[in-house]
Amino acid sequence: MDTASGTKIATKASTRLPGTSEITLIINKRPVRLDVAPWTTLLDALRENVGLTGTKKGCDHGQCGACTVLVDGRRINSCLTLAIMKDGATVTTIEGLAENGALHPLQQAFIDHDGFQCGYCTPGQICSAVGLMSEGRARTPDDIRELMSGNICRCGAYLNIVAAIQRVMNMAEGGVKP
Amino acid sequence: MNSFSYTRASDVSSALRAVTADRDAVFIAGGTNLIDLMKENVARPPHLVDITRLPLNRIEELPEGGLRLGALVTNADTAYNAEVERRYPILSRAILSGASAQLRNMATNGGNLLQRTRCYYFYDTATPCNKRDPGAGCSAINGFNRIHAILGASDQCIAVHPSDMCVALAALEAVVRVTGKDGERTIPFADFHRLPGDTPNIDTTLRPDELVTSIDLPRKGFADHYAYLKVRDRASYAFALVSVAAALELDGDTITETRLALGGVAHKPWRDADAEAMLNGIKATKDHFDAVGEAIVRSARGFGHNTFKIELARRAVVRALQHAARVRRTS
Repeated sequence: MDTASGTKIATKASTRLPGTSEITLIINKRPVRLDVAPWTTLLDALRENVGLTGTKKGCDHGQCGACTVLVDGRRINSCLTLAIMKDGATVTTIEGLAENGALHPLQQAFIDHDGFQCGYCTPGQICSAVGLMSEGRARTPDDIRELMSGNICRCGAYLNIVAAIQRVMNMAEGGVKP
Repeated sequence: MNSFSYTRASDVSSALRAVTADRDAVFIAGGTNLIDLMKENVARPPHLVDITRLPLNRIEELPEGGLRLGALVTNADTAYNAEVERRYPILSRAILSGASAQLRNMATNGGNLLQRTRCYYFYDTATPCNKRDPGAGCSAINGFNRIHAILGASDQCIAVHPSDMCVALAALEAVVRVTGKDGERTIPFADFHRLPGDTPNIDTTLRPDELVTSIDLPRKGFADHYAYLKVRDRASYAFALVSVAAALELDGDTITETRLALGGVAHKPWRDADAEAMLNGIKATKDHFDAVGEAIVRSARGFGHNTFKIELARRAVVRALQHAARVRRTS
């Protein structure tokens, strides 16, 4: 994203451009201070300022879900979020899901079920699935399909993505195990 | 996206002062529509006033038995609220049929009311659009207009309002509470959005310096007989071609009250009082619903690509009423 003068807002935290503000985000359990322009999206801040490039820029318009991260535990589109508005918030990205060197169960399930081909949508798919599980609204594979519809996979790995999520949710073929 | 300055408001009065002081300043809450429009250069506000920290984020009981939905409660928290689900299931259904889980987690109730049309030409700054640039002309009337209005359109604009939530709110006859420098006022939902006429650039009757503070639901929630039917090009995450919120009160199989609102067909959620009145005091049968469907589209006009919507709307009305009444198909 460019400023009116055409310079890229991709500063490291040490250099501060005029018009930027310092904000603090708790990213993957670590407080991070960064300088952002008002128009810096959370997506650009994560990728360009913090160097966490696991979160992907797809459409940049909230249509594809590749930029999905968890803010205060809820899945959102980071491309339609201004970083400055989230000052003080807790952000979890794909880089923050593994614990003590062990993959998050959803990460492992995506590997086991081959829930991707090119992998570009995968960080967003997995963060979205983490959000879906904590929302606790999905009971059936159809619910998973409906509640994951904000994440597009152009390789078409949907069947395996749903299977991976189903596995982690301990869902039987027709729905949640009794 | 244009460069802009940013203020975070701490209370309602400071938020109002910020937009009164600067006529070009714009409120931002969920941002799901505004930031998208800014990225497309459709909106270029020089100043944003962040209202997300204002205390308008609660759902509260109203003394007469209704429910007050704070303007800053997210669409997801509203749809999944236990009282909304129990007393106003038509609203939950409508909200959950719109957008994606991520967007519903971000989008607020006030912002849902204020979202702009998804007309392709409104979004495409290379083409004339009376809504974006008054007087420039309408590219949709003689252009590709598959998603456009069949009711209430003008020769200046055939855009439709994209919300699902608002269709249910229209059927429920919600009241929008707003506050401005002259104090508070309430706007009946039917008067909140407007038809395009010769000023299609104006979507609502909200004044420029006013802030939506809540949406108040009346006591009557039609939880026993309701349907929200959304017809779209794919099964999920698409705007409605036609949607219908149908709510009935029944005494046995006799209809005592009817509410019908249509989405995807007009510049605002579409109500037709005469068509609704046709059902009062008569039996909930498909023949009667057919007559209502025909009455609603009697004044409809297609523009070519969207002409199919007239028959689609007629049938959607009948089906939604059947679902609401739990009437078995007779044909």
